[in-house]
Amino acid sequence: MTVIQYPMQEPAMELRSSPHIKSSLTVETIMFNVVLALLPVCAFAVFAFGTSAVLLLITSTAACVIAEDAICRISGKPTTIGNWSAVITGLLLGLTLPPTFPLWMTALGGVVAIGLGKVLFGGLGFNVFNPALVGRAFLQAAFPAAMTTWAPAFGADRFVSLFPSTLAFPFSTPSEIGEYVEALGVDAFTGATPLMLMKSDIGSEAFQAITYGDLLLGRIAGSTGETCAALILLGGIYLIARRMMDWRITAAIFGTVFILSGAFWLVDSGQYPSPLFMLLSGGLALGAVYMATDMVSSPTTPLGAWIFGAMIGVLVVIIRLKGGLPEAVMYAILLGNAATPIINYFTQPRIYGARKKEATS
Amino acid sequence: MSLLARWMGKHSFPQGIHVPEYKEATEDSKIRRLAFPPEMFVPLSQHTGAPAKPIVHEKQEVVRGEPIAEADGFMSVPMHAPATGVVEQIELARDARGLMSPAIYIRPYPSSSQEVLYGHDIDIDLLSREELIQAVQATGVVGLGGAAFPTHVKLSVPEGKNCDTVIANGCECEPYLTTDHRVMVEYPKAVFKGLEIVMKAMGAKEGIVGIEDNKPEAIKALEANVPEGKNIRVGVCETKYPQGAEKMLIKSLLDREVPSGGLPIDCGVGVFNVATLAQIGELLPRGQGLVERVITVTGPGVTKPGNYIAPLGTPLRYVLDFCGYRGDEVSQVILGGPMMGASASSLEMPIVKGITGILVLTKAGLPTINDDSALPCIKCGTCVHSCPMVLNPSQLGLLAQYTEYEAMAEQHNLMDCFECGCCTYVCPSGIPLVQYFRIAKSIVRQRKAEAKKQ
Repeated sequence: MTVIQYPMQEPAMELRSSPHIKSSLTVETIMFNVVLALLPVCAFAVFAFGTSAVLLLITSTAACVIAEDAICRISGKPTTIGNWSAVITGLLLGLTLPPTFPLWMTALGGVVAIGLGKVLFGGLGFNVFNPALVGRAFLQAAFPAAMTTWAPAFGADRFVSLFPSTLAFPFSTPSEIGEYVEALGVDAFTGATPLMLMKSDIGSEAFQAITYGDLLLGRIAGSTGETCAALILLGGIYLIARRMMDWRITAAIFGTVFILSGAFWLVDSGQYPSPLFMLLSGGLALGAVYMATDMVSSPTTPLGAWIFGAMIGVLVVIIRLKGGLPEAVMYAILLGNAATPIINYFTQPRIYGARKKEATS
Repeated sequence: MSLLARWMGKHSFPQGIHVPEYKEATEDSKIRRLAFPPEMFVPLSQHTGAPAKPIVHEKQEVVRGEPIAEADGFMSVPMHAPATGVVEQIELARDARGLMSPAIYIRPYPSSSQEVLYGHDIDIDLLSREELIQAVQATGVVGLGGAAFPTHVKLSVPEGKNCDTVIANGCECEPYLTTDHRVMVEYPKAVFKGLEIVMKAMGAKEGIVGIEDNKPEAIKALEANVPEGKNIRVGVCETKYPQGAEKMLIKSLLDREVPSGGLPIDCGVGVFNVATLAQIGELLPRGQGLVERVITVTGPGVTKPGNYIAPLGTPLRYVLDFCGYRGDEVSQVILGGPMMGASASSLEMPIVKGITGILVLTKAGLPTINDDSALPCIKCGTCVHSCPMVLNPSQLGLLAQYTEYEAMAEQHNLMDCFECGCCTYVCPSGIPLVQYFRIAKSIVRQRKAEAKKQ
């Protein structure tokens, strides 16, 4: 006897395990918003350094995207360029290079950043180091002269001409920038970055003439996208407001650099720069906001983020003030990346209801 | 955020997530009674523990509220006839997991009344704690918040343990569901009556009703009915998922933690769902049994969402047809809420004690998890900042992909995961984390059981 009177017609029912709903935040959205936050910085770079900056940023981004797409195709995997992460790598690489940097070197740096910095480790999510910084470190080692060739911002003909070194033929020595700078009719030293001035002679007039306003608003020489601290911080605030960035890392870096360099400055303000100068100069803002906070290569635990940021801050101050190099952000972040797994290991938070005996095991 | 909530005087716990509530459709609709369907079937296992043993035979006439199956031992509860009618047969029927399990089929008489006449009044004041526990078992009440764990088992405080506080859980942090909300609005006195009975049975001195601050109407109803001189109060908590998980609620209201692997009683607390307490408060003084429960029927797949009293044993299809089931457009029927509820495999299964609501989703529904499109973990740490148990889902997920289940359990506290689903909900890479953990947990349990045998 059958008792079920309801017809046994069964439309196809989906069987899923919970949760059945999902937050709309995806990797693509996060990455795309990082690109959005970088756009004002890029726009300022173009405004300050002209056509050369446009070509530099396009080249670095295109090199990264094409390299990622090509490697995916060669290894027979679906392409991963749709998640915007290669674009971020390309933009960040371009922004950290001098505006005079030859394009062929830029392209090479992009390929190394993706190939060596990212794909070799297994692609998105598996890289140990920030890929853009791997690319930059390679360029620093391979082309030290080109990496320290600076040009003044706001040259009169920046939108109609290029820096002579930009179109340097591959494997040739780029032409000297000195003549070009002289032709601009400015003191060649204006082309030096504030950090180089600080390193060579902190008491010099040129160094003393730099105001915090200059640093904030980018009226200085420097890497393509590192000069305008205000826009970099603005982008960071946007990402923090949208909860797409770990503010702890940035806060820890700024805090440590401020306190530590402040201590040096209090001891001898004639020999050491002010802490505010340390925060606003060089690549610190760009590094602390966009590169140290790279999710893949930074710790996941809240305590780990503080330690990671503090470590980078300490390294930046020590290398800048005591080391031989004027700039230290890149090495500090790369060292921080290397320490990330061990920071994660030692900063696992105490779980809910942890028993005391087990806490030590 | 939890710090902020505490400054504002609201109870909360660290971490957790904010999910859209989707409660507007049903939160203001009064509880209505459903009619008896032409055919009902009462599964013998609607609870955690041993299935009940039938005490009726085929063709026997039963009266609504009459026991039709008895508890098989302490870890079991009796079943009661949901309608006056005749027992058709005792045969297998489909359960929520899609499996067949024994059930009592009842054909209600067309003129059967919904009034329950079976039962005899009990004077609670005359009962000892042990007798109270027996009386609760006789009502057949189990955890109506979804767990379906026999309530009387939780009432018996183990030797050497002490219960000082009983929490009535009215958080209902699952999106869509408004069952507990309506029970608190419409039956606040029954909730408090049940709370008093449970406090007496457990020897607790204090009673707290924990409720999220998104239910002002229920808070008002409760506060207007708090019994005097019983040391009972209402504790308003931040609206945050999973506030209604008992471990989180204990942390929020009492700032205590249930030790890892332990039960609330290990920190001196008993936690009971408000609907469970309301049923105890209604049924126990009259000596009656559980024959119906309040459910929310909601979601884009029904045209008439609402809150209903459904007789236990009513087939899902009958309930859904009444609520305007949009047949062809429906993709999924979920028993419970969208965060922790289970997919129904068939509409031929009945309403059982543990079903808090029926959520019907359509094909053009909500963003769901599709593990085909999962990206690699980008170590963003969102899951780490969300896990209410403060585990590391990111690390656990990586280990799960390499089937390192032992490492997950021994070094990363896998077994403390209670599968709330926060990690999967927030993961921007779309990794089905909690789904991995379910598999891992069951494999670890299975291996442990096998190791014991040898």
